[in-house]
Amino acid sequence: MSWTRIVAMTRKEVLQIGRDPRSLLIILVIPLVQLFIFGYAVNLDVKHVPLCIYDRDGTQASQDFLKHFQATDYFNIVRVSDSYSDVVRNIDHGVCSVAVVVPSQFAEDLHSSGQASVQAILDASDSNSATIGMGYAQAIVQSYSSEIQVAWQEERGLGAGAPNITFEPRTWFNEDLESMADLVPGVVAMVMAVVGAFLTSLTIAREWERGTMEQLISTPVGKLEIQIGKLFPYFVIGIADTAICSGTAVLWFGVPFRGSWVVLFGCSMLFLLVVLSLGYFISVTAKSQLGACQMALLATFLPTFLLSGFIFPIDQMPVVVQWITAVLPARYYVSILRNVFLKGTEVRLLAGDIMALAAIAVVLVVLATRSFKKRLA
Amino acid sequence: MKIFETFERIRQMIKKEFIQTLRDPHTRWLLFGPALIQMVVFGYAATMEIKHVSLAVLDQDNTQESRELISHFSASRYFHIAKYATRRDELRTGIDRGDFLLAVEIDSGFAQRLRDGEGATVQVIVDSSNSNTALVALGYLSQVGANFAQTYQIDRMQRIAPQLVSFVPRVDLEARPWFNEGLLSEWYFVPGVLGNLMLILIMNLTAFAVVREREIGTLEQVMVTPIRRWEFILGKTVPFFLIGCFDATMLTLVGTLWFGVPLRGHIAVLAIGVMVFLLAALGLGLLLSTLAATQQQAMITAFFFTMPMTSLSGFGTPISSMPPFFQKLSYFNPLRHVVLILRSIFLKGVGLDVLWPDMLLMAGFAIFMLSVSVLRFRKSIE
Repeated sequence: MSWTRIVAMTRKEVLQIGRDPRSLLIILVIPLVQLFIFGYAVNLDVKHVPLCIYDRDGTQASQDFLKHFQATDYFNIVRVSDSYSDVVRNIDHGVCSVAVVVPSQFAEDLHSSGQASVQAILDASDSNSATIGMGYAQAIVQSYSSEIQVAWQEERGLGAGAPNITFEPRTWFNEDLESMADLVPGVVAMVMAVVGAFLTSLTIAREWERGTMEQLISTPVGKLEIQIGKLFPYFVIGIADTAICSGTAVLWFGVPFRGSWVVLFGCSMLFLLVVLSLGYFISVTAKSQLGACQMALLATFLPTFLLSGFIFPIDQMPVVVQWITAVLPARYYVSILRNVFLKGTEVRLLAGDIMALAAIAVVLVVLATRSFKKRLA
Repeated sequence: MKIFETFERIRQMIKKEFIQTLRDPHTRWLLFGPALIQMVVFGYAATMEIKHVSLAVLDQDNTQESRELISHFSASRYFHIAKYATRRDELRTGIDRGDFLLAVEIDSGFAQRLRDGEGATVQVIVDSSNSNTALVALGYLSQVGANFAQTYQIDRMQRIAPQLVSFVPRVDLEARPWFNEGLLSEWYFVPGVLGNLMLILIMNLTAFAVVREREIGTLEQVMVTPIRRWEFILGKTVPFFLIGCFDATMLTLVGTLWFGVPLRGHIAVLAIGVMVFLLAALGLGLLLSTLAATQQQAMITAFFFTMPMTSLSGFGTPISSMPPFFQKLSYFNPLRHVVLILRSIFLKGVGLDVLWPDMLLMAGFAIFMLSVSVLRFRKSIE
């Protein structure tokens, strides 16, 4: 191991990255673009669901009932239909995703038997929004129901108000239920995984593809020196991306940061070590840039996006998939980040996640080092 | 005669491209393997549904009413009670450690306030470090609350005026989820994944195929042959178009046969939609290849485009909850149209009479992309 050779290798790699300033710029801008999309455009909360109403009854009671749908910002009445076929057409065309149909006997039913039911047709081709929309509709109907009950009782002098129970929720860690705040850790992890594994996965494959690997092999540089020298610049870029992401999230979007910066950067370095080694390993095995890039996508981006608990909660997945997530470094990293940002958890409680990440790091570093052979073909 | 020569040159080019792409087993696998794996993983892992929320309860009232409320929680299929706490700090540490998501604390006096006809409040702590899950859990909570209130009310009426119980006015909601009656997430995600995978695969393959020739230097060799530029472009894109069609068929089969997603629309409409979209993806790939000198550049640039396209396609989050500006912007995103088209054909079973505006916009995008990239491409190889 020679310090000079490592520095020379790093210098070569830095020069090569520097020759392509556009790519470098994109790498540094990608996290910002992602943050801005998640901050301003994408919203996991379902609100302003486009609603179509069809009042077959047309009485005071049915009008009162439908007013309740006007008053919330969960629904947005986009259409007032006058026939059932119009309702069907609107749902088919995707004009509205929920349609509320008040039956023609509504007021009379309520008056005579006390029981009335309304129909909600949901476009469940978006099952998530449909489920949430159904919940909203149910809540509105229930609140209307209890309102008329109270009025009915008071009319008859049957006493004291509604036996309401209200839940007083205190939301911890992310008080305003901003989806931004819990997405930030995921965005950081995703960007790091991509930067780390994508970029490095190409470096060795490119040398093989262009034939410069032969030149490199003929020099006295050792394989460990190649590895360290090649990975170091990307390590720095990864750290810069972490800083850009977290800085923007906290300063621009006001995401709370309750933990310690030392833990954040310490764990980020550990995670970077994992993804860099993974990328290195892939590039050594793939030997073509297209192959390396596809493999890296499959091995890092996808699990980080899907299986890390970033968007889809792990405890709701099938058990087998939950086991698979146990070997995914991104899962532990996202969990650590979420704790550091929102909960400010003590390091002691994070020990399990950190240990798991460190163990994966050791395995991958060894694997990457051993896979590279300084030999032709 | 000229036409024949042109045809022959394109044929040779396509042949070369197929040989090159299918030559080594590694690349062959890359054409189908990753797409297949992603489809399966997505189908199983991507679920926004929250089926069970773990909960802790602390009952400081210990009355029949409070126990009744708790039994409403244990009876609900959304909740499972992970802990019956006896002290307050157990709730706090449990939430901190992530043992449960929700902690319900029933204060003493709960039953008394209910009997007095005042509204009773119940304290709830929610771990909202995942805001979506927290929101859904709060929704379930209010359903349980409303349910409890309803039962309690009926019980009370039973006691004070049993003859009137059946006349208490009450409105029920009869919810009918159309197109996906079981509200299954797979049905929702599979068509969208299909569109996303097609975009990434075809765009990257096309961009890489051209850029690789440029990077290795074989592009110059091709250019000194009598082949014309547009013939070259056609020869480069046709193989990937065919590969795209093959992959789309494969993924459709996996979606319908493995995940049981119904294909209710006409298969011809599906084919048209997929093909128009493939043209758009090819156009984007060609455009990328004119923007990049090396494969690394091509990949980074592709990534730069695909991430926002995916996020803004309505694939995972509804377009109607985006701000108006982004809703309008998404009209320029071919992925938005194809996701909608695929979902509509698979689940709703609608045809061209409903889908024509999206098809047209997508076709317009494809034509625009292809012409821009062909123009740029011709310049870039001169």
